[in-house]
Amino acid sequence: MRNSKQLNNSISISLVKPKSIFWVNLEKNWYKFSRNRLSIVGLVIVAGIIISAIFAPWIIPYPEHTGPFVDFENSMQPPSLQHIFGTDYIGRDIFSRVIFAFRGALIMAVVVLTLAVPPGILLGLTAGYFQNTWIDTIIMRITDVFLGVPPLMLALAIAAVLEPNLMNSMIAIALTWWAWYARLVYGMSSAISKEYFVIAAELTGANKFHILFREILPNCLSPVFTKMALDVGWVILIGASLSFVGLGEQPPIPALGQMVSDGAIYMPNLWWLIIFPALAIVLVILGFNLLGDGIRDVLEAGRD
Amino acid sequence: MKTKENVLLNIKNLHVWYKVYGGYLKVLNGVHLMVREGERVGLVGEAGCGKTTTMKSILQILPPGEFHIPQGQIFYKGQDILKISFKELQRLRSREIAMIFQDPTAALNPVFTIGNQIGDVIKYSAAFEENVHKEKIKTLSIKVLKEVYLPDSERIYLNYPFQLSGGMRQRVCIAMAISSPRNLLIADEPGTSLDVTIQDQIMRLLNEIVEKRKTSIILITHSLGVAKEMTDRIYVMYAGAIVETALPEVLFKNPVHPYTKGLLASVPKISGGGIAKGIPGKLPSYLNPPSGCRFQPRCEQESPICSEKPPQLFEIEKDHLVACYLTQR
Amino acid sequence: MKFSSFLFKRLLLSIFVIFGLSIVIFIIARIVPGDPARMALGPRAPEEVVQRLRQEMYLDKPLPEQYFYWIRGVLSGDFGRSLVTKRAVLEDIKEYLPATVELAIFAGILMVIFGILLGTLAARYRDTWVDNLIRTLSYFGVAIPAFVVAIIFMLLFGYWWPILPVLGRLSPGISYPTRITGLLTLDSLIQGNFVAFWDAFKHLILPSVALSLAHIFQDARINRSSMVDNMRKDFLPAERGYGIPERVIMFKYLLKPSLIPTVSLMGMEFANIFANAFLVEMIFNWPGISRYGINAMMNKDLVVISAVIIVFGAIFVVMNIIVDIALAILDPRVRLSTSRGV
Repeated sequence: MRNSKQLNNSISISLVKPKSIFWVNLEKNWYKFSRNRLSIVGLVIVAGIIISAIFAPWIIPYPEHTGPFVDFENSMQPPSLQHIFGTDYIGRDIFSRVIFAFRGALIMAVVVLTLAVPPGILLGLTAGYFQNTWIDTIIMRITDVFLGVPPLMLALAIAAVLEPNLMNSMIAIALTWWAWYARLVYGMSSAISKEYFVIAAELTGANKFHILFREILPNCLSPVFTKMALDVGWVILIGASLSFVGLGEQPPIPALGQMVSDGAIYMPNLWWLIIFPALAIVLVILGFNLLGDGIRDVLEAGRD
Repeated sequence: MKTKENVLLNIKNLHVWYKVYGGYLKVLNGVHLMVREGERVGLVGEAGCGKTTTMKSILQILPPGEFHIPQGQIFYKGQDILKISFKELQRLRSREIAMIFQDPTAALNPVFTIGNQIGDVIKYSAAFEENVHKEKIKTLSIKVLKEVYLPDSERIYLNYPFQLSGGMRQRVCIAMAISSPRNLLIADEPGTSLDVTIQDQIMRLLNEIVEKRKTSIILITHSLGVAKEMTDRIYVMYAGAIVETALPEVLFKNPVHPYTKGLLASVPKISGGGIAKGIPGKLPSYLNPPSGCRFQPRCEQESPICSEKPPQLFEIEKDHLVACYLTQR
Repeated sequence: MKFSSFLFKRLLLSIFVIFGLSIVIFIIARIVPGDPARMALGPRAPEEVVQRLRQEMYLDKPLPEQYFYWIRGVLSGDFGRSLVTKRAVLEDIKEYLPATVELAIFAGILMVIFGILLGTLAARYRDTWVDNLIRTLSYFGVAIPAFVVAIIFMLLFGYWWPILPVLGRLSPGISYPTRITGLLTLDSLIQGNFVAFWDAFKHLILPSVALSLAHIFQDARINRSSMVDNMRKDFLPAERGYGIPERVIMFKYLLKPSLIPTVSLMGMEFANIFANAFLVEMIFNWPGISRYGINAMMNKDLVVISAVIIVFGAIFVVMNIIVDIALAILDPRVRLSTSRGV
């Protein structure tokens, strides 16, 4: 007579484990992914941005320009061979600053998602499994509160009330972002909790941790990954909006939105002050959108 | 062979291809099918052999832009309906031929009430004679719901599909099909997705309708038993072509085509005889179908000509046609 | 019957959400180090005056009690007094809110009309040049932030091609119509003042396009994919097979179920429009509540910040209810089933 733990393990091994399936099928998934040209474009853009962000201090032509630096003689120069994007109103090379600004943007996205996604998943998972109990009610009502206000608004409020700097902006955005993941995972978790393999696991005496993390969670992950890829773009957009009004990286450290707002006064003559940072923002968001769409097409089959 | 006068529907050498990534799915490979007035025709075949495609081609409701008909004709009342104008096609769909789909849940629009959907069918079918008043449409709808033995039809009129059981939804689909007098009904595996007892009820209902209204019907089924009981003639289909057709008694007593023989042998019998014998193998790929007889890869017998050209139907005895080279000796 | 209970539950939920939001805001506002009373009066004010203000603002009472006084004030319309402008916040809100509402409504209308239109076109003519054009535009359109569009417009129409006004709500020289709703277009229409109406309308165009552009394309994408998904469903060939005309099938039977995900999204997008409004308001010098709120945030005017957030929260909650009602109308499964959906 097997004890329940052995039974349990043998059942769960034979049931769905999509996370490992993902890695096993990496070749097949890659093939599917690469058939869509747009996804490849997205991947290239994103890879380019990440690499240039990581190696920024070493690859940009004028690393000093990202710190306190003034050179009025060379200021307000249009794009040229020495300064591909031109120089700004105090003589700093815009190209270097844009590349360096990618760092802040990416760091923001990584930190925000790291802060927001795990609690969101955890809460959504739990609430979905315990659907229609007090646990569900409390968790989802709190989620509703945080969903009720768009991230930008609350982020602005929080970031303004605290000291305006990068860290606080990130905390602010994360505080609003987790709710979306909670709701996403809640929807799936509550549906999956009713599936037979979960009931089977319960009946064989699996403990709740096992059920939540080994049975339900792996089945929820695909849309979560897709959303994360897409979210990087949106977080960066919000970050740019925040830095546009001065919340975010403080000068002299460059931030994309901040550069746009700085250059606004010099329009239309010094057009390069705005155009390049703005294009950079568009490029980043575009890249992550394409990548996210590509990931979605691979992980969630059955689309057009 | 009966005279041509009362032939209602005559499908001749129909080829239908689906456009897919990487080529064409050449599903139908020369289908021949004939339905006479008042006749009950059964179309039997395994899942994926092209039965539904054939029927959808009649009403021309294949997914637009995704199919191609390289050759073939479908004659209805003497006219090739693959070539008629759109207006005439609409008239055909609303007054002459109606199809009852296999899965009633998918066939009903989930966000509109039953009454709304039946009402629209009636409204647009009647549009070809006169403008029907809204109240009259409602009365007609409820009346036709009663005819399919749906209890409490006023309430059902107001309900949404998801509020009904599977059997009720199937009856609603039947109601939509008979809401105006038709000459030909096509029933695609009615009741297959339902419980056996409900399926039986649905079949009885269909039988009653056909007898009462003297409509012709094409009954698609993968159950030979049902075909034997409820049809006047059976067509056996495999991989996009008709392989054999005969009267039910004849077919059961004297099956000729190897596939038909295999099908009959694979029906388990209560009266003993051990485990029924299936047919090994599966349907050929439609992307790269065999150039000869499509059953040849699974056939136990073989001869060189089988792989050259697809066999044509020929008459092996009165009213009994087969498409197989091996029986031509 | 069941619909009203559904509505009632939603309302209850919304009230709860607003209260929750108010608590969150209140806590955040009070975390700020520093003395709000001192900040309001400046470093040179005498201590007794500051002390009196502290008492007035209940700053010396325990936190829950402060919350109670504040909520009581809010519910009776008293949002307090701005630490910066010294005016009653309520007055400020009454002055600035309609401007933002007008802008948001216009942007919302654009979003709904063009989003659905483009999405339907792309679905109807899918895989043709129409579809490819719309999809390509969508990828870019979605990626361009509202403030970038706004700045481009400033450049385009402010300097190079001045056919549309870029600043404010009315040109100088046009007098404001008497205030009924605060929405300039509506007010001037009501009074028959077509000059003002046309001028106000022209001023609305650029900011609302800038605000709505990204959302238009996002909605177009969702609408397209939803319609394409539904096009594969079996009820379409069934309905076609019964002889129902193509026109009816497209616009009635295909459109309604396809709108469900679109409307869901549009609700959220509309909330985002309100949130992003501040960027556009700042650039186009639009005297709206978003800009007012941002200025308050810059000045650490806590009273105003809390008030603005609450107002926004209320607006979003109302929006959510409207979206839920619309969804319930579109999808009977929502209003008639008992379990709570996603």
